[in-house]
Amino acid sequence: MSWFRREKAGINTATEHKKEAPDGLWNKCPSCKKPLLNIEQIENKYVCHYCGYHLRIGSAAYFSILFDDNEFVELFPHLRSGDPLQFEDTKKYTERLDDSYAKTGLNDAIRCAHGKIEGRDFVLACMDFTFIGGSMGSVVGEKIARSIDYCLQNKLPFMLVSKSGGARMMEAAFSLMQMAKTSAKLALLNQAKLPYICLLTDPTTGGVTASYAMLGDINIAEPGALIGFAGPRVIKETIKKDLPKGFQTSEFLLEHGFLDFIVDRRELKQKIALFLNMIK
Amino acid sequence: METTFDFEKPIADLQMQIEKVNQVADKTKVDMGATLAELQDKLEKTKYEVYNNMTGWQKVQMSRHPDRPQTLDYVNLICDDFIELHGDRNVRDDKAIVGGFATIGGQSVMIIGHQKGKNTKERQFRNFGMANPEGYRKALRLMKLAEKFGKPVVTLIDTMGAYPGIEAEERGQGEAIARNLMEMSVLKVPIVCIIIGEGASGGALGIGVGDRVYMLEHTWYSVISPESCSSILWRSWDYKERAAEALKLTAADMSKNGLIDGIIKEPLGGAHHNPEEIAESVKQQLLGDIATLQKKTVEQLVSERIDKFSKMGVVVE
Repeated sequence: MSWFRREKAGINTATEHKKEAPDGLWNKCPSCKKPLLNIEQIENKYVCHYCGYHLRIGSAAYFSILFDDNEFVELFPHLRSGDPLQFEDTKKYTERLDDSYAKTGLNDAIRCAHGKIEGRDFVLACMDFTFIGGSMGSVVGEKIARSIDYCLQNKLPFMLVSKSGGARMMEAAFSLMQMAKTSAKLALLNQAKLPYICLLTDPTTGGVTASYAMLGDINIAEPGALIGFAGPRVIKETIKKDLPKGFQTSEFLLEHGFLDFIVDRRELKQKIALFLNMIK
Repeated sequence: METTFDFEKPIADLQMQIEKVNQVADKTKVDMGATLAELQDKLEKTKYEVYNNMTGWQKVQMSRHPDRPQTLDYVNLICDDFIELHGDRNVRDDKAIVGGFATIGGQSVMIIGHQKGKNTKERQFRNFGMANPEGYRKALRLMKLAEKFGKPVVTLIDTMGAYPGIEAEERGQGEAIARNLMEMSVLKVPIVCIIIGEGASGGALGIGVGDRVYMLEHTWYSVISPESCSSILWRSWDYKERAAEALKLTAADMSKNGLIDGIIKEPLGGAHHNPEEIAESVKQQLLGDIATLQKKTVEQLVSERIDKFSKMGVVVE
């Protein structure tokens, strides 16, 4: 005989009396699975304070981390993609775009803005992975090109935060040519002796790695990010072997000489400002 | 045995019919002249029909024809002299990209191109024309050498893509291609690029930033191969024909979209039907362009090259 007796059978709270916990108050760290309180996360620059995992964040969060008082002027905010090829796979490209506009509230996979970092003017371009996998199409290429032109005109340093699966297939060769376009503009920035810093974040692959993401005066990355040219699955299928542990992580790239350093997001702003000060 | 594609079957059938009629005529000594003439006429018409109405996928197949002329064939056919140069001075010599100084009709140039290889052994040796980072770095070293001596650069593009391997990643495949894009855009000598077979993504563009970029008539150039596109967007390998259409990867489409500067016409049935003829067309195109481009000042050349690529893309304000 048990010492506890249920007096009423089953759960009998009516649905309308159920108490909901508000969404977005808590979040789970994808790495250590511990619960993270949203407000604490913002204070901690979206880094898990248990395990140091860097959560994937978008342009709004990076702007708030890097710009003084989160004040900035967004550049060319209204550019949207045309559909030059009337591309259609299982879904029309225009429909995909409309879905993404609605889902993310963004106009494409990158936002660029002019603001200050510890009192110094600079231009920051930041990619958004939530918009069609951060893929690079005409808009991404054009906004980077125009931001570089803006830096050239106003003699400003340029920083870019990359986060992308690569070129946008739905714009096919137009996407491909954005690689040439952005690299050519960066060559001009280089000739003008203006600094370009690229921060590679999780993930940065494909055509983005093979163009502007690897061309910084300094290339830096957040810890544990996936960075590579070919995707791990493609490599695995090609060589028919398992990939070594830690392959294509930030740490792997640092070891092989393709990154200047890995930076904790909580020290990012200070380090960038220090670097810009040193080369002034 | 010669490789024929499914879409070439009507042509092969007619050729077989003609052969049979010829055999009968030989054996029976009956005059079959009229029948033959009729069949011959039909053959010409069919060829014209088939080769002028190829779909995107058929062009992709044609661009991969095993007998199609490759970089070293063009070197043999159009260059009076050639000194091949090897190595990136860091790791090793990449066999998938060949290059060296050459003279074409008295004009010294630096010629660089992908080499796929023609038989199994050669293909393995050339890694199927898929370059590692050292291939792109070799290409850049040679371009810098051309710049030093004021010689124009010619690149011939024919690749399924940059090689996706562990060592390629360790040695920075992305960085190598990116560096080439940046350096080529400000190289102080004329650059003419021709897609002679496959133009797949960054692997092609890595030696493809030029003052003039051409495609041979039956080649393709895009951000991804139709097979990979199908596997990613349709999650199946079965939609390659549809992907080939959707990507608009043919020379005609690329020219219409303003992403290349022109198309070089191939002999009827494809470049492999008459390598001498296509080589001559390529040679004339190169000589004409180099002469035009050499008249420009360095500043003009570089700024026009950058402007051309800067204009590519379609955005809505």
